[in-house]
Amino acid sequence: MSQYLILIYEDEAGWATADQATYDQVMKGHLTFSENNASSVLGGNALQPNGTATSIRKDADGGFAITDGPFAETKEGLGGYYLVEAADLDEAIAIAKQVPASFGGVEVRPIRVFD
Amino acid sequence: MTVAAEVADAHRHEWAFVLAATVRVTRDLDLAEECVQDAYARALTVWAASGVPANKGAWLTTVAKRRAIDLLRRDAALRRRLPLLLDEQPETVPPTVQDDRLRLILICCHPALAQEAQVALTLRLLCGLTTAEVARAFLVSEPTMAARITRAKKKIANAHIPFRVPPADELPERVDAVLTVVNLLFTTGHTAPVGDGLVRRDLVERALDLSRMLRVLLPADPGVAGLLALILLTDARRTTRVAEDGSLVLLKDQDRTRWDRNAITEGIALVRDALRCRPPGRFALMAAIAAVHSEAPSWQDTDWREIVSLYDLLVQLWPSPVVALNRAVAVGQAEGPAEGLRALDALATEPQLAGYGYLAAARADFLARLGRTAEARTAYGEALLLTENTVERAFLETRLNRL
Repeated sequence: MSQYLILIYEDEAGWATADQATYDQVMKGHLTFSENNASSVLGGNALQPNGTATSIRKDADGGFAITDGPFAETKEGLGGYYLVEAADLDEAIAIAKQVPASFGGVEVRPIRVFD
Repeated sequence: MTVAAEVADAHRHEWAFVLAATVRVTRDLDLAEECVQDAYARALTVWAASGVPANKGAWLTTVAKRRAIDLLRRDAALRRRLPLLLDEQPETVPPTVQDDRLRLILICCHPALAQEAQVALTLRLLCGLTTAEVARAFLVSEPTMAARITRAKKKIANAHIPFRVPPADELPERVDAVLTVVNLLFTTGHTAPVGDGLVRRDLVERALDLSRMLRVLLPADPGVAGLLALILLTDARRTTRVAEDGSLVLLKDQDRTRWDRNAITEGIALVRDALRCRPPGRFALMAAIAAVHSEAPSWQDTDWREIVSLYDLLVQLWPSPVVALNRAVAVGQAEGPAEGLRALDALATEPQLAGYGYLAAARADFLARLGRTAEARTAYGEALLLTENTVERAFLETRLNRL
């Protein structure tokens, strides 16, 4: 078995304007997802909005450039992740397809294993 | 045949079989390729000394596998370093789709790889083309192609894309991705997007080889039957598409007595097979359209209404502006240039057709037939701006000058 990190990308504007019913529905979707894949899902968390993000880059001087905001310059920001265990990429993709990322999508990234 | 010709023949027909069987041992694409190349090199000397074996593929597979086992045994460190491909096969998969070549082509055309990588890997791993040959086929530099292939192989290994046939419910979608790649190879070869020759024979042949292989591996798949039929029926016209001076000859003006009758007979039988599946798939419908042309005694005596109704089905199944464009051209034949032009103008705002020379060329033809010469001239000029194939450009220029 290998481990995969499922990252959730969503448009924060969707969350900001969502009413309570939409919010409850998405939260319920996540609960259902976690229950349906209980044997594969090892953990997962919602993240604070992009505004709370800090990016750190190595600069030319060998130090770090610390900037406010997320790394990716796309409309969608990283909104959460699932860490799942799957036999291979196909199985990981099949699980990732079930993530209710209503305001964006997900990215599947294999976890690097160091020996 | 000389020994060199025997080896070349085995390279053409057995490469995928030998490599796929070797991947099963190495569970690593690079190592398998190395062992298979080694086996072909040894065949040159061994076959010259002790004769060509009756079953060349089996001989090459044995030699390549033995080399792989040898390398892996000798080098435990190498074995540990390999990010092994997973190949556990669920028992639900019927044995007919258990062929290693199917696993190999499914890996090459995996949806997690970019399509340009899928095409490159298929040519390299299934057809045994060198990186330089693959680069030439797609008119990119060799280092660019080498980087593309290396990146794709790394992704296969590191993301654990499995060497496995997916379960039955996922198989049709995965096979469709394979058919898309083979069709792309064929269309790229059939009308080279850029360059001096209209046809790239090498790519057409590879696409035909691959679809024949798929037909053996998946005899019950209607999409495979449809694609093979489409390729056979379209390629049956190859000798009549270009005149002796290298200029383009339209379907309308081709000498139909010179079409390849054997290919047409085989293609039509496959179309019947493919159409048995309801609703018919896109390749089956495209092949059916090609079959109507194959059976027509002339352009004028073509059953255009049948072609339009096949396009109607195809547009529903595959709402692509390019398909709609072809439908509009058929409408123009079935109902006259004014109707054809109306159908074309409905597509004028399609962003996907904005840079597509065939739309302007089709408009130009209908306008010319309606006697609207000045507008036809503008449309041919527009088509010329969008066309990079030398043979096609020459054709459009002739049309423009004739107005």
